[in-house]
Amino acid sequence: MQKLLAWIDERFPATKVWEEHVSKYYAPKNFNFWYYFGSLAMVVLVIQILSGIFLTMHYKPDTGLAFASVEYIMRDVPWGWLIRYLHSTGASFFFIVVYLHMFRGLMYGSFKGPRELVWIIGMVIFIALMAEAFMGYLLPWGNMSYWGAQVIISLFDAIPLVGPALSEWIRGDFVVADATLNRFFSLHVIAVPLLLLVLVFLHIVALHKVGSNNPDGVDIKKKKDAKGVPLDGIAFHPYYTVKDTVGTVVFLMFFSAVVFFTPEVGGWFLEHDNFVPANILNTPPDIKPLWYFTPFYSILRATTEELVRFGLIPFVVLLAALTVVSIRNIKAKAVTILAAVVLLVGFLMLEAKVWGVVLMGLSLVLFFFLPWLDRSPVKSIRYRGWMYKTTLGIFVVSFVVLGFLGTRNPGHVDLILFQNVRWAQVLTVVYFMFFLLMPWVSTYDKTKPVPERVTWK
Amino acid sequence: MKKLPILFLLLPVLLLAPALAPASSEGPCGAVQCDRVKVDLNDKPSLQNGARIFVNYCLSCHSASYMRYNRMGQDLGISEELITENLLFAADKIGDLMKAVMPKEDAKDWFGTAPPDLTLEARARSPEWIYTYLRSFYRDNKSPSGWNNTVFPNVAMPHVLYEWQGHQRAVFKTEKGMAHFEKFELERPGTLSPKEYDKAMRDLTNFMVYLGEPAKLERTQLGVYVLIFLLVFLVLAYLLKKAYWKDIH
Repeated sequence: MQKLLAWIDERFPATKVWEEHVSKYYAPKNFNFWYYFGSLAMVVLVIQILSGIFLTMHYKPDTGLAFASVEYIMRDVPWGWLIRYLHSTGASFFFIVVYLHMFRGLMYGSFKGPRELVWIIGMVIFIALMAEAFMGYLLPWGNMSYWGAQVIISLFDAIPLVGPALSEWIRGDFVVADATLNRFFSLHVIAVPLLLLVLVFLHIVALHKVGSNNPDGVDIKKKKDAKGVPLDGIAFHPYYTVKDTVGTVVFLMFFSAVVFFTPEVGGWFLEHDNFVPANILNTPPDIKPLWYFTPFYSILRATTEELVRFGLIPFVVLLAALTVVSIRNIKAKAVTILAAVVLLVGFLMLEAKVWGVVLMGLSLVLFFFLPWLDRSPVKSIRYRGWMYKTTLGIFVVSFVVLGFLGTRNPGHVDLILFQNVRWAQVLTVVYFMFFLLMPWVSTYDKTKPVPERVTWK
Repeated sequence: MKKLPILFLLLPVLLLAPALAPASSEGPCGAVQCDRVKVDLNDKPSLQNGARIFVNYCLSCHSASYMRYNRMGQDLGISEELITENLLFAADKIGDLMKAVMPKEDAKDWFGTAPPDLTLEARARSPEWIYTYLRSFYRDNKSPSGWNNTVFPNVAMPHVLYEWQGHQRAVFKTEKGMAHFEKFELERPGTLSPKEYDKAMRDLTNFMVYLGEPAKLERTQLGVYVLIFLLVFLVLAYLLKKAYWKDIH
C-alpha cells in the first residue's frame, strides 16, 4: 500500500493535494451551526447530479412525450418515483441551503477582504444555480412549467431595441415550444452542471488559498505555533469531516421527511398546476415561479410607474446627494451628479417595465459589490454595532416577505392595510437601501473590539 | 448578539405566514365550500370499489392514460382474471394504458370539449374538490346537457351518476342582485340513498388519489424505515464526533 502510494505520488500529487486541502487544511475550531451549509450544498449537488443521471435515462425532451415520460418515471420505472422526488425536493433544498450559506456570509462578513473572490465566485454559482433551476423547471412540461417559462423569457422583450429578437433567440421560436424544451434540456443536463462543477472547484480553491472565516471574524493565521499551525485551527480531516457527517445526517432527516411524506409541500415544491400538461390555450389564473425565485419576481412586479416616480426618483436623488456630500474628489462628485442625471432622465423616458427588469438584475448584481460597499473595520456581526444588525435584520425580513408576496396576486390584501403590490414596492426600496446605504451605515456604526483569539460563543 | 437568535426563531413563523394568510373569496371549490373527505389508501375495499366505479363510468369518456390496468390490479389486490373479465372494456391487453372508450374527436363533437385525462386530477385539484364536485350536480334547463354544477359552473359534463344520486335542485338566495347558492334539494331520489351515494363518491375519490400517485402507499412506508435508519446513524455519527473532538478546547 505504501509502495503504491509512493508510486502514485511520483506521478501525481495525491498526498500533497490530500494534505493541503483535507488533512492539513486548518479551519478555525469555532465553526457554529451556520457553517454546515457549505458542505450541505455540496451534498445536495451530488444528490442532484446522481438523481439527474437516472432521470435523463427515462425522460423524453419532446413536447409530445415529456409530460407522459415523467409520469412513466413515476409509475413504470422501478424506484422512478423516488429518483424523481429526490430531484424535485433537491432543487428546493438546494436553494434553502444556499440562502442560509449566503446569510452566514452576510452575518460574519465572510465576503470581506481577503475573501472577495470566494464571495464573487459564490455569487456566480448562485446565478448559475438559478439558471439551472429555471431550465429544469420547464422539463416536466406541465402547465406552470410552460407559462412560467413564457413569462420569464418574455421579460427580455423589455430590453430596448434588441429585446424581442433576443427573447426569440433564447426560445428558438416565437413562443415556448419544442425547440425551447430541447435546448433547455441540453443546457440543464450538460452545460450548466459542468459550469457549476468548475465554479464549485474554483470556490473551494479560492477559499483554501485565503482560509475559512469564522463566527468571530478573527484571522487565525496571525497566531501560529512553532510548526506553523494556527493555534485556533484544527485539521479539516478528521475534525470537520466527522462533524459535517453529523450535519449531513440531520439534513438528510429533514430531506427524507419531505421526499417520503410530503414531496409536494402543499404546492410549494411541486405546484398543483404542474400536474396538468402544458396547454397554450389554458393560462393558469396566477402564474408564479417556484418559491426560490419569488423575492426577485416580486421586485419585478413591484416596479410600476408609481414606484419609479415616488420611490426610485427620490431614492436616487437622496443617494446622489449623500455621495456628493461624503466624497472629497471633485471629479468623483461630477461623475456622481452626471450618473444621477442620466438615471433620472432614464426614469422619465423609459417604460417602468424596463426598470423592473433592471431592478431585478440589480437585486442580484449588488451582492457582487458587497465587499466594497461594506466599510466596517470588523467582519463579524458579533463586534458590529446596532446599525448593521438592524439593517441586516430588516433586509432578511424584506427578502422573506417579498418572497411571500411574489406568490400572491398583487391586487389582493394578504398582509395588513395595503395591497400586496404596495407592500412589495415599499420592501423593494428597503431591499435596495440595505445595499446602497451600507457605505454610510458601516462607516458610522460603532464597532466593538475584536478579540485576539477565537471564542466559543 | 443576544437578540439575533430571536430573529431566527421568528423566521420560521414568517415562512409559515403563507399558510396562515386569509384565503381569498374564491376558494379551491369556486364559490362554494369544499366538503371534507376521508382519504385512506390503506382501505383496500374502498379503493377496489372506487376502481370499479371509475372503470365502469368515468373511463367511458375520460382516460387515465398514464396508468396501466395490471399495475392497478397488483396494487389494489384485484386478480388479472377479474380485471380481464370485468374491467377491460377499452383495451385488449392487461398491460395496456387506461384509455377512454370514446375517441377524443367524437367527444369534442358531442360535448364541445374533450374530457380531460383524469390520472392526475386529484393532484392537480384536490381530493376535496373531486368529492364536492361529484356531489354538486343539479338540474338546470338552461344548460345544453340539462345539468349544471356549483363547483364548476357551466361544466360541459352531464351528471353521469344521476341514476344513483337522483335529481337535485339547487336553491339560490338572491342578495344585492347576486345569486348565492344556499342548498340542494333532492327532487327525485335515485337508486342509492344520499348516504350510500356519498360513500360511493368517497370510494371513487379515494381511488383517484391512488390513481394520481400509485407510489404513495409505498413511499410513506419506506419513509419510516429510512428515518429510523438515519436516527441510528445520527447517534453513531454524533458519538464518533464527540470522541474525535474531546481534545479540542
